[in-house]
Amino acid sequence: MSIFLDKSSRVIVQGITGRLAQFHTQEMIDYGTNVVGGVVPGKGGEIINGVPVYDTVKEAVYETGANASLVIVPPPYAADSIMEAADGGIGYAVCVTDGIPAQDMIRVKRYMMRYPRENRMVLTGPNCAGTISPGKALLGIMPGHIYLEGNVGIVGRSGTLGYEAAQQLKDRGIGVSTSVGIGGDPINGSSFKDILMAFETDDQTEVVCLIGEIGGPQEAEAADYIRDHMSKPVIAYIAGLTAPKGRTMGHAGAIISAFGESASEKVEILSAAGVTVAEHPSAIGETIARTMKQFA
Amino acid sequence: MDIHEYQAKEILAGFGVAVPPGALAYSPEQAAYRARELGGDRWIVKAQVHAGGRGKAGGVKLCNTDQEIVDACEGMFGQRLVTHQTGPEGKGIYRVYVEGAVPFEREIYLGFVLDRSSQRVMIVASSEGGMEIEEISAEKPDSIVRSSVEPAVGLREFQAREIAFALKIPPALTQQMVRTLMGCYRAFRDLDATMVEVNPLVITSDNRILALDAKMTFDGNALFRHQQISELRDKSQEDPRESRAADRGLNYIGLTGNIGCIVNGAGLAMATMDTIKLAGGEPANFLDIGGGATPERVAKAFRLVTSDKNVEAVLVNIFAGINRCDWVAEGVVQALTANPVDVPVVVRLAGTNVEAGLKILNESGLPIIAATSLMDAAEKAVAAWRGENGGDKVHYIKAGAN
Repeated sequence: MSIFLDKSSRVIVQGITGRLAQFHTQEMIDYGTNVVGGVVPGKGGEIINGVPVYDTVKEAVYETGANASLVIVPPPYAADSIMEAADGGIGYAVCVTDGIPAQDMIRVKRYMMRYPRENRMVLTGPNCAGTISPGKALLGIMPGHIYLEGNVGIVGRSGTLGYEAAQQLKDRGIGVSTSVGIGGDPINGSSFKDILMAFETDDQTEVVCLIGEIGGPQEAEAADYIRDHMSKPVIAYIAGLTAPKGRTMGHAGAIISAFGESASEKVEILSAAGVTVAEHPSAIGETIARTMKQFA
Repeated sequence: MDIHEYQAKEILAGFGVAVPPGALAYSPEQAAYRARELGGDRWIVKAQVHAGGRGKAGGVKLCNTDQEIVDACEGMFGQRLVTHQTGPEGKGIYRVYVEGAVPFEREIYLGFVLDRSSQRVMIVASSEGGMEIEEISAEKPDSIVRSSVEPAVGLREFQAREIAFALKIPPALTQQMVRTLMGCYRAFRDLDATMVEVNPLVITSDNRILALDAKMTFDGNALFRHQQISELRDKSQEDPRESRAADRGLNYIGLTGNIGCIVNGAGLAMATMDTIKLAGGEPANFLDIGGGATPERVAKAFRLVTSDKNVEAVLVNIFAGINRCDWVAEGVVQALTANPVDVPVVVRLAGTNVEAGLKILNESGLPIIAATSLMDAAEKAVAAWRGENGGDKVHYIKAGAN
C-alpha cells in the first residue's frame, strides 16, 4: 500500500512560484505525481507548471480537494506555511526548507497539537529531501529514477545518504515501498519512531532501512520501539563515527551534546534492540539483500 | 553562534537578571584603570574566550592590587587559552573582563536548553553549582531539577517558584530567584537562543542572587531576525578555515587528519569521513557543498580544502541525483584545470549518468583517481595518501583497473 503517499494523493506546492519550487514541481509532475495546484499569497489566479495558484491553502483545498502539500518556502516564512497547511485541512505535508529557527519549529509542533489526533496533519521534515512511494507519487526534491518499486521502507535524516541507499538497492534489483526523509533539524515533524510505526502496519513494506546520524534521542527511541513492538526486520546505518563532540555537522541537529547521541552509542543501542547495523554506507545494499533472503 | 561572557551578562541584565558590576578591557593598563573605576579592593580578571572551563585553565584570576591585575593580564593577552572545550589549539585572548569580587554563600547551576525529546525549552537547575553539568549529572544526579516550558504560554511564575523551592532558596529570596528565571527564559525566547547557562548563580553573603558567569548560544538559523546578536560574532574565536568557508557559504569543519573531503549533503559527508577512518585514514575536514554541487561550488571547495596544509589527498564524493554525473565531472575537471592541486584526487560519483561522468574524468588527462563505491573511494584515497600504488604520490588509475 505504501505510506503517506499513493496514486490518490492530490498535491499542492506552497511557494510554487519560486525558481527551485517550479523546477521540482515539474519533476514531481513528470514522475506522475498528481499535482493539483500551488499556494503563494498574492499570486492567486496565476498558472504555474500548468496548475492554478491560490492565495491561501484553504482556498486551494476547497477548489482542488488537495490532501498533501510540499512546503518549499524561505526559512522566515516556512513555519507559518506549515501551520497554514495544518489548519487548511492538509493530511500530509513535507517541508524541505533548510534553516528554520528551532523555536519556530517548537511553536509549529505545539500548534499542531490543537487538532485531535485523527485530524492532525502528518508533517515530515523540515530540512529533508521529501517522501517518495515509487511508481505512485513523489513529494519532495529527490531524483525519482533511483527508486524501484518494492518492499523496503527507507527512513532517514539525510537526503544524499538516503539516495545512496536507494541506488544500492536499485543496483541489486531491490525496490522501495516508501522512502521518507525526516530531516536534519533538531526539532522535526515526525520522528524515526513515528515512521517505523507507519511501516510496521503497511502491508507493502517487508523490511525497513533506518539511516541515522549523530545528535538527538530519536534513534534510541526508535530502538525501544523496534525491540518491543516491531515484527519486521530493521537494518540501520548511522553516520558520524568520526564527528567531534559539540560541533554541528552540517545539519543543525547533528551535534553530540549528551550521552547516547554519538554514532557509536547509537550503533550499540540499535544492535542491542536486534537491528542489523551496516558498518559502512557502501554495505547498506548488501546488508538489506542478506536480511531479505534470511526472512524470505 | 557563541558570544562572550560579558556580552551574555549585558543581555541578561537587560532582562532583569542581576549581575556584578564589571568592565571590559583590551590591555593590562586599561584593566587596572577599569578596576579603579569599579572600586573595591578585590577583583576578578576573566579572559574572554568562547569556551567553558576557563577557571581551571588559568583564564580567571583573583587580584588584590593594580599590579596583580596588570600581571594577570600580561599572562593572558595575546595568549591562547587551552581548556577542555577548546581543543589543543586553544582560543586567543584579546579581551578581558574585570569584575569586583563578590563573597558568596552558595553556588547554583542554572541552564536553559532546547530539549529534543520533549521538543520544548527545558530548564535544568542544580543546587550543586560551580561544577559543570556533566560532573553534576555524574556525581550528584539527585540534585538536578528539571522543568519543561509549555511553548504556548511560556514559563509561568509557579514553575519558577517550584524550581526555587526545589533548590532550597531561602524564602526571602524566592522573588529574586523567580525574576532571574523569568529573565533568562525571556532572553532565551525573545532572542532565539539555543542555550543559556548561568554557572554559578550565587547567593551572596549580603543575601542577593547574582549571575557570576553567563554563557549564551544562539540559533544561527534565527540570526536574520536579530541584527544586534549577529553583530556580536567574534571571528577571532573561530577556526580561520571555518570562518573563510562560512563567508563563502560553505559548511566546513576543520579536523586534524590528512584526507580532505568534498561531499554533497551533510549525512553523506559524515559517512564519507567515517569510511575514510574505516579504510585506515583520518579525515582532514567535514565539508558539505550542498545538494547542487555546481562547478563553481566544487572549485571553491577545492581551494578551501587544499588551503589546509595538512591535506595530502582529497576525496570528492558526489551523489548526482537531480544533476547528472557528467555535469559534476565537468565541474571537477574545470576546477582542477583552473586551480591545479599537488595532491592526489580521488573522485567517486554516483547517481545519474555515472559512466559518462567516469569517462570525462578518465579522459581529462588530469591525475584523477576514479572510484566506484564509497568504500572503494576511501581505500583509494588512503592508498594515495600513503603514496602506495607505485610510490609516486600523484598518480593516475583508470576506474575499475585497480
